[in-house]
Amino acid sequence: MVDVTHGAEAIPAAEVPDVDLYHPHSWVEKYVFSQDAKIIAIQYSVTALAIGFVALVLSWLMRLQLGFPGTFSFIDAPHYYQFITMHGMIMVVYLLTALFLGGFGNYLIPLMLGARDMVFPFVNMLSYWVYLIAVLVLTASFFVPGGPTGAGWTLYPPQAILTGTPGHEWGIILMLLSLIIFIIGFTMGGLNYVVTVLQGRARGMTLMRMPLTVWGIFTATVLALLAFPALFVACVMMLLDRTLGTSFFMPAVVEMGQQLQYRGGSPILFQHLFWFFGHPEVYIVALPAFGIVSDLISTHARRHIFGYRMMVWAIVAIGALSFVVWAHHMYVSGMNPYFGFFFATTTLIIAVPTAIKVYNWVLTLWRADIHLNVPMLFAIGFIVTFVNGGLTGLFLGNVVVDVPLSGTMFVVAHFHMVMGVAPIMVILGGIYHWYPKISGRMLNEALGKIHFWITFIGAYAIFFPIHYLGLLGVPRRYHELGDAAFIPPSVHTLNAFVTIAALVVGFAQIVFLYNLIWSLFKGERAPSNPWRATTLEWQTPETPPGHGNWGKDLPVVYRWAYDYSVPGAKEDFIPQNQPPAVIQA
Amino acid sequence: MTVTMVFFVAIVSIALWWLLQQNLMAKPWLQEGASAGDRGAGTLPFPAAKVGLWAFLAVVSSLFALLIGAYLMRMGFADWRSLQLPRLLWLNTGALFAASVALQGAQVAARRREIDAVRARLLAGGIFGLAFAAGQLWAWRELTAAGDLVATNPANSFFYLITGLHGLHVFGGLVALGAIADKAWRSFVVDDVRLSVEMCATYWHFLLVMWVILYALLMGGADDLGAICRQLIG
Repeated sequence: MVDVTHGAEAIPAAEVPDVDLYHPHSWVEKYVFSQDAKIIAIQYSVTALAIGFVALVLSWLMRLQLGFPGTFSFIDAPHYYQFITMHGMIMVVYLLTALFLGGFGNYLIPLMLGARDMVFPFVNMLSYWVYLIAVLVLTASFFVPGGPTGAGWTLYPPQAILTGTPGHEWGIILMLLSLIIFIIGFTMGGLNYVVTVLQGRARGMTLMRMPLTVWGIFTATVLALLAFPALFVACVMMLLDRTLGTSFFMPAVVEMGQQLQYRGGSPILFQHLFWFFGHPEVYIVALPAFGIVSDLISTHARRHIFGYRMMVWAIVAIGALSFVVWAHHMYVSGMNPYFGFFFATTTLIIAVPTAIKVYNWVLTLWRADIHLNVPMLFAIGFIVTFVNGGLTGLFLGNVVVDVPLSGTMFVVAHFHMVMGVAPIMVILGGIYHWYPKISGRMLNEALGKIHFWITFIGAYAIFFPIHYLGLLGVPRRYHELGDAAFIPPSVHTLNAFVTIAALVVGFAQIVFLYNLIWSLFKGERAPSNPWRATTLEWQTPETPPGHGNWGKDLPVVYRWAYDYSVPGAKEDFIPQNQPPAVIQA
Repeated sequence: MTVTMVFFVAIVSIALWWLLQQNLMAKPWLQEGASAGDRGAGTLPFPAAKVGLWAFLAVVSSLFALLIGAYLMRMGFADWRSLQLPRLLWLNTGALFAASVALQGAQVAARRREIDAVRARLLAGGIFGLAFAAGQLWAWRELTAAGDLVATNPANSFFYLITGLHGLHVFGGLVALGAIADKAWRSFVVDDVRLSVEMCATYWHFLLVMWVILYALLMGGADDLGAICRQLIG
């Protein structure tokens, strides 16, 4: 079965000399202005999680208003819109994108590929600091006169910059600036991730031997590099509209009886640019999640991933298709029916590769040796949530169904399931999985399970009922429902229930934070490969991996990433860098 | 948005075409052992820095493709009135072309290991590049003096936006060129700067090509040829 003719002797000498690493000279260069991808990854993750907690608190405030309208006098309509906007933008861009690509990408790409570091470490460092500036500019908008913008996370003009919208004074300017800065910073990081995957792999690490995590992050980065310019252009143009009075997106507007100087601009143009970024953005978040979850499932089910090639093709196909579906966010903006037909078709076609992935995850689990530890629980939680959110996506992808539902809470439930809860499950599972490698300590399993069950059941308690609210016609984006005749009293009870569930889930995250911090000091010392995994990051000579990752010699890769439970092998896993002769001895 | 879509179809096709060369049909679970041909030289036969530059140029192209798409969409509206471009832009185009030629010369000289020629041609490239940047600013001044401000009409807004964004990339090119020239002056071994000079030349060629496309587009709004083109592609 195994070809053993290739001994270690048969390996040709490396053509490319080992890289000269940049070595830090001081504490500041080692831990603050560090060029080591692992430190940058931690910096990215901590910053993203910190700003993510701000967004979590904002969601509480919104839920408190929806569940108990009028109880909290400081949550008036303008504040409510500001909370919505900041919650959405932070979660999508500053938390999910930054954490998956800047956090997981930086940590895992060099380690999983057997590289010493990213190919451009200095640019990589700049990327983090530019991202931090973007976060600070965004945070600053909470403290300027008028507060942050309340334009909704889509920032649709003309309302985004008119005086009726909260935060039109400074909030919107800071938001646009922050996005522009974020995109510049992301481009620096993104070029690193792509070029490292192309040029930085260890010997023997062919593309088809890369772990699916790397495939997911790589494809997502390519999408992001091509899609973020659309948001960049849109932000620059709107910034000019707001500050210099140009009319890129602003039609002629009469405001408070005054004819404004704007004329002839096209709000629809903004929508096209925004969603040309916005839809690939969904897959920028989803593809890394797909990749990571594949590896979690395979490792903790002790079984090779089912249909590896198909998984790779599906990732690439989803990436390519994601550029031709953007207008399904614009069905209600009015469009040529043939356009609607085209975009509905492409949208539904994406379900095919996505479903292939789901089948393959399930088939990987089928009759496998499933270890129900915390990373695995989160991975299974992801599959369930993702399927759930995906199914409602099939409804909403159709123009005729979308038009009546698009203004309701059904949409809120859909995208929170598919793009909120599902990726967060993967992020949490990923943190539980790789924490031992990053910190050298195990996380507490019992606290992890408490965290998982409250988060998973709680997320369903929050978002499952919201589907029903949406089908009843409860509108989204409303600060207060009032006494509309079509809204039965049970809606209010359900809203209060959802709010309480949201508070509980939010507080459960404190268990997680406590676990992270407590384990860092008091956790059980982690062995170098606690999950008995095959991928290269678990085969480093030191744990946590030292500067340069690999000690004296770079690893050489002999096999794919999923040799679990191979018949005839001594152990139930064979690391990727294990030479063939050794296994059979 | 047709132009934008064509661009994205092209770039996605290139990516897929490249992927198809990468043995995607391999069955990694059957293929064990190190392959004798694999010596860890990366997927593409170029240094990482060059691959990074090309990836960056793809990102910048995407930016301008979207901008061009937006411009053509706006041009299609009934109230479009095009801007009379300053004649100075022809001169600027010449300067940018000269910069590109000079840097191509520097690249050739670097291959022949003639350090003096590299220095002289980098200097010439820098001067022509600066002339282009100054000329662009002067064109802005001419326009503002004539009362064509950024918000006066949509064509003006797009003109300033497009030339401004292109100008920012030129500025970045000048900074890089300055750093490389500095290195060339301090180093006596051509091979130390050869890669940098080659990349610098590539970037400035890109700036030239992008400018020619943008200039043609900005001019195209002014005459019937533009209208025909718009009908064809819009």
